[in-house]
Amino acid sequence: MKPILLIDFGSTYTKVTAVDVDTEEIIGTSQSYTTIETDIINGLNNAVALLKEKIGDIDFVEQYACSSAAGGLRMVAIGLVPELTAKAARQASLGAGAKVIKTYSYELTEGDLREIDEINPDICLLTGGTDGGNKENIVYNARMLAKSTGSFPIIIAGNRNCADTCREILGDKQTHVCENVMPRLDIPNVEPVQNKIREIFLEQIVKAKGLSNAEALVKGILMPTPSAMLTAMKLLSKGTKNEAGIGDLVGVDLGGATTDIYSMSFGLPTNGGTALKGLREEYAKRTVEGDIGMRYSIHGIVDAAGIERIAELSGLHEDRCRELIDYLSVHTDVVPGVDDDELEKIDFALASMAIETAVTRHAGRLEPFYSPMGISYIQTGKDLTEVKTVIVTGGALIHTKRTADIASHAQFNQNDAMSLKPKSAEVLVDRKYILAAMGLLSTVYPDTALRIMKRELIKDGTRN
Amino acid sequence: MEKKKLVIGVIGADVHAVGNTILNRAFLDAGFDVTNLGVLVPQEEFIQAAVEVGADAIIVSSLYGQGEIDCTGMREKCDEAGLKGILLYAGGNLVVGKVPVEEIVRRYKALGFDRAFGPGTDPQVTIDCLKEDFGIKE
Repeated sequence: MKPILLIDFGSTYTKVTAVDVDTEEIIGTSQSYTTIETDIINGLNNAVALLKEKIGDIDFVEQYACSSAAGGLRMVAIGLVPELTAKAARQASLGAGAKVIKTYSYELTEGDLREIDEINPDICLLTGGTDGGNKENIVYNARMLAKSTGSFPIIIAGNRNCADTCREILGDKQTHVCENVMPRLDIPNVEPVQNKIREIFLEQIVKAKGLSNAEALVKGILMPTPSAMLTAMKLLSKGTKNEAGIGDLVGVDLGGATTDIYSMSFGLPTNGGTALKGLREEYAKRTVEGDIGMRYSIHGIVDAAGIERIAELSGLHEDRCRELIDYLSVHTDVVPGVDDDELEKIDFALASMAIETAVTRHAGRLEPFYSPMGISYIQTGKDLTEVKTVIVTGGALIHTKRTADIASHAQFNQNDAMSLKPKSAEVLVDRKYILAAMGLLSTVYPDTALRIMKRELIKDGTRN
Repeated sequence: MEKKKLVIGVIGADVHAVGNTILNRAFLDAGFDVTNLGVLVPQEEFIQAAVEVGADAIIVSSLYGQGEIDCTGMREKCDEAGLKGILLYAGGNLVVGKVPVEEIVRRYKALGFDRAFGPGTDPQVTIDCLKEDFGIKE
């Protein structure tokens, strides 16, 4: 037996997963309420104590952790054109597991600067211009940032011809120069930036967030939690050199405050006569819908989907829907019981609409173009219509008997035929919340992590 | 000397790809740094690309006769986006019907373009004009 403990320090819960890498089995999981104020070690100790009640007193030979505690990895991204470098910078940060508080484009104003100082991010990503391209904007923004009162590290990843100038201007700040996030038009280059973000996270942010006590205990806090999720899904999709993956997939993590969507696919056009436009997409893409969540961001779902559709799906009257939604937005810890008819119905409708909204925003779109030569299409974003697997996780999808019905809203819909969502995907459910843990495990035991995921992520409808 | 940067593409709902591909090759061979946006390119995309790459000229192709409509307001948008004074060229079948080249040039200059070229123009002609406008001596 070779037991390993995998820890996810969350903002409200610390989740632990025990794995035996010899038998490739999950020995047990548990979670405990945490606050950063009390010291997250308590949360960890409680969670481990609960775990040991279930599985007995085991000595773990290795321990690895990821963290989204203390607000996660908070970043701001700065670019030049909103659809180009600013988007590439935002996408690079999200893919590194960051929470992008705000994205700025063009020249920063005094007001923007004040806002950045108020946000006081963990990392600021400064980009703009392709290599050899625009110089004025990034240099101007470096001058603005030089006036900032904050002491956050700044990653300079814009036009390489101005990197040195920017570094000089930001002489008093902690700067890290990195390859351009978009060296040529429409071709993002996110990996160097993401590696740098991760480096800074490991070296500084873990410490700054009071997590270093915990770090002494475990072998290291390896990455932000969303990054662990992304790592797990990428592994499941692509496989290792010894074990095949399951191919392209879409992942949905429906939370209380935000909804994260992942896609592992290049998303190239599946139909002829379609021209691809805009920024080239990364194979592993993550988007975060900050206004879509089951509790804290419950009103965002209503704003996006409309109360009419919530009423229609839940079968409740609109006024009653509004009452229940207001109630849930305050009572954020309510989990509808099986007999709790109305709450179950409203949560069903909300979760369905949250997923539909978030996946529609994540997926690409077609736009028909009528020309003298007939109709042709322009595709922006990823074509996910041929993706065969949707993985879902999050309380609202697990504490329900209607997981598949809810998840079906991630799929292609004839009423919105230009939205390129999966046409016939199988739904897999992460019932034990193992994805982040498997992402961590994969950094050391990729084959084991992959085989466990293949077994534990269960097709909806099958009992376990 | 730093290479002059060109942004090229076929504007509007036009999907004629061949001429644009030939231009791309010719401009590269002539020593320019070319960003080719391909076909079906809206005005905004030309301008965004030009801002980000710091372009010295935007060269618009149009083969399907709707060029005048597609190019209207482009100079003003360039000014708005901070690309004041950027060189704007247009070429192809720029207007509907048989119209003398002088008339085409007049119409496109009225739209704020620096130069316009009629059907069948040799890429070398455009290259020579670019060199002249950039003040590049052989």
